[in-house]
Amino acid sequence: MYSIVAEHIDFYYQKFHALKDISLEVEEHTVTAFIGPSGCGKSTFLRIMNRMNDLIDGTSMTGKMFIEGKDIYGRGVDVDQLRSIVGMVFQKPNPFPKSIYENVAYGLRVAGIRDRHLIGERVELSLKSAALWDEVKDKLKKSAFELSGGQQQRLCIARALAVKPGIILMDEPASALDPLSTAKIEDLIFSLKDEYTIVIVTHNMQQASRVSDKTAFFYMGSLVEYGNTRDIFMNPVKEATQNYITGRFG
Amino acid sequence: MSNKKRKQQVVFWIIRLMTLGVVGVLCWILGFLIVKGAGAISWEFLTGYPSGGMTEGGILPAIAGTLSLVAGSIAVAFPVGVFSGIYTSEYAPNNKIVRLLRIMTNNLAGIPSIVFGLFGMSLFVNTLGFGDSIIAGSLTLGLLVLPLVIRTTEEALNAVPQTFRQASYALGATKVQTIRRVVLPMAFPNIMTGLILSVGRVSGETAPILFTVAAYFLPRLPRSLSDQVMALPYHLYVLATSGTDIEASRPMAYGTALVLILIVLIINVLAGLIRARFTKRMN
Repeated sequence: MYSIVAEHIDFYYQKFHALKDISLEVEEHTVTAFIGPSGCGKSTFLRIMNRMNDLIDGTSMTGKMFIEGKDIYGRGVDVDQLRSIVGMVFQKPNPFPKSIYENVAYGLRVAGIRDRHLIGERVELSLKSAALWDEVKDKLKKSAFELSGGQQQRLCIARALAVKPGIILMDEPASALDPLSTAKIEDLIFSLKDEYTIVIVTHNMQQASRVSDKTAFFYMGSLVEYGNTRDIFMNPVKEATQNYITGRFG
Repeated sequence: MSNKKRKQQVVFWIIRLMTLGVVGVLCWILGFLIVKGAGAISWEFLTGYPSGGMTEGGILPAIAGTLSLVAGSIAVAFPVGVFSGIYTSEYAPNNKIVRLLRIMTNNLAGIPSIVFGLFGMSLFVNTLGFGDSIIAGSLTLGLLVLPLVIRTTEEALNAVPQTFRQASYALGATKVQTIRRVVLPMAFPNIMTGLILSVGRVSGETAPILFTVAAYFLPRLPRSLSDQVMALPYHLYVLATSGTDIEASRPMAYGTALVLILIVLIINVLAGLIRARFTKRMN
């Protein structure tokens, strides 16, 4: 079953044609990597999936984006509801200036959940899923800023998991982290695949090949090639893909 | 020493001297007031009523008047200003009307306070019929500091990084939830700074209260919002220029000035403590 289906998406920042006729399907419980040089449109495309681009003035879009079968740009769509189905992890760890516990509980609280027992359970479960529980279980009331960068990013992942999304979008989640923290994030992505559909934007080719099942290569607003990660890296069809993954540009 | 380093030293010294000059003048004023005014301050001065043609007694009614005007004007300006700041910074579209509104707000901050006084008299005292009263004075002073509160609120909100808003939206929060739970708590310490500045401004202003609330001589405590009151800055002006015996009331004038400065100082310290506590809780 497809979690995400994009049909002929064109996207503009004012006059700038940022995405050109993108169509692509993402299967459930897979990890899909978007690669490509800076400014190729991969992050823009990611942000179409949870309508984060709505927050930017002067953008326009044509085409259709289906999330779990529903046209998310159709009429009567509740954007806040959509974002609780499609979670997001950002490039730089951005925990709130609140306690570790409150960071994870945030999404539940804004969803109107008041049951303290339920919140407590969900916080623990999310922190365990994000492989952070053992490191923070004794200091849940401490500020999230006391954690290291890698821990903060796993906290942000736990925070996204707590609202039980079906899909998690990750926008270069490890680019601000050291190699050890990066490895932990990658392990985490691998373990989350059983329950979530994950789309990850990355600049790091090794990362894409390590964690993803499928890879999409974007270049200058177009989707150049999309297929099984192994095929893209071992046997790319297009010359541009070949040049990019071998480091000839980008 | 290289030429580059010498230049740097010269610039540092200029900066040091400038800073020293400013701090020096400030200390001079404070020292002058303490030397001249400390002698006048006593328990009786702080808790008594003026008597003997304002050459004796205390300034309790003026202290009470100033405190009630500070409280009243903050009660007017703070909610209105903070909500306006939230609107223009978070909600308003970036179009011509809003830009014009912003320019007007800035201009409002530059209007002489006597104009606010006259406006307050015309609107609150006469047209709306509040008469010379705490309510008219508070509204006038509130208008005076409104631009300050709006501007500091806007700047405080703009200083909150977008990444926190995005994180909140990405978790399914609405705009109101994002502002209330993430943006405002982070902006709060800086909004408090605006409040502190407003308090200093309000407690020291004379012109806006001249025609709207201030009493020349009213030796009793205010009983309601429609009462006139004495106020420290106006009392100081009266003592210095138009008392019955200016020479005899001079120590009282210095004492009054010192009390006024101390009140502003105390309120600032309190607000600073609240701010510090909040900042600590955030981190």
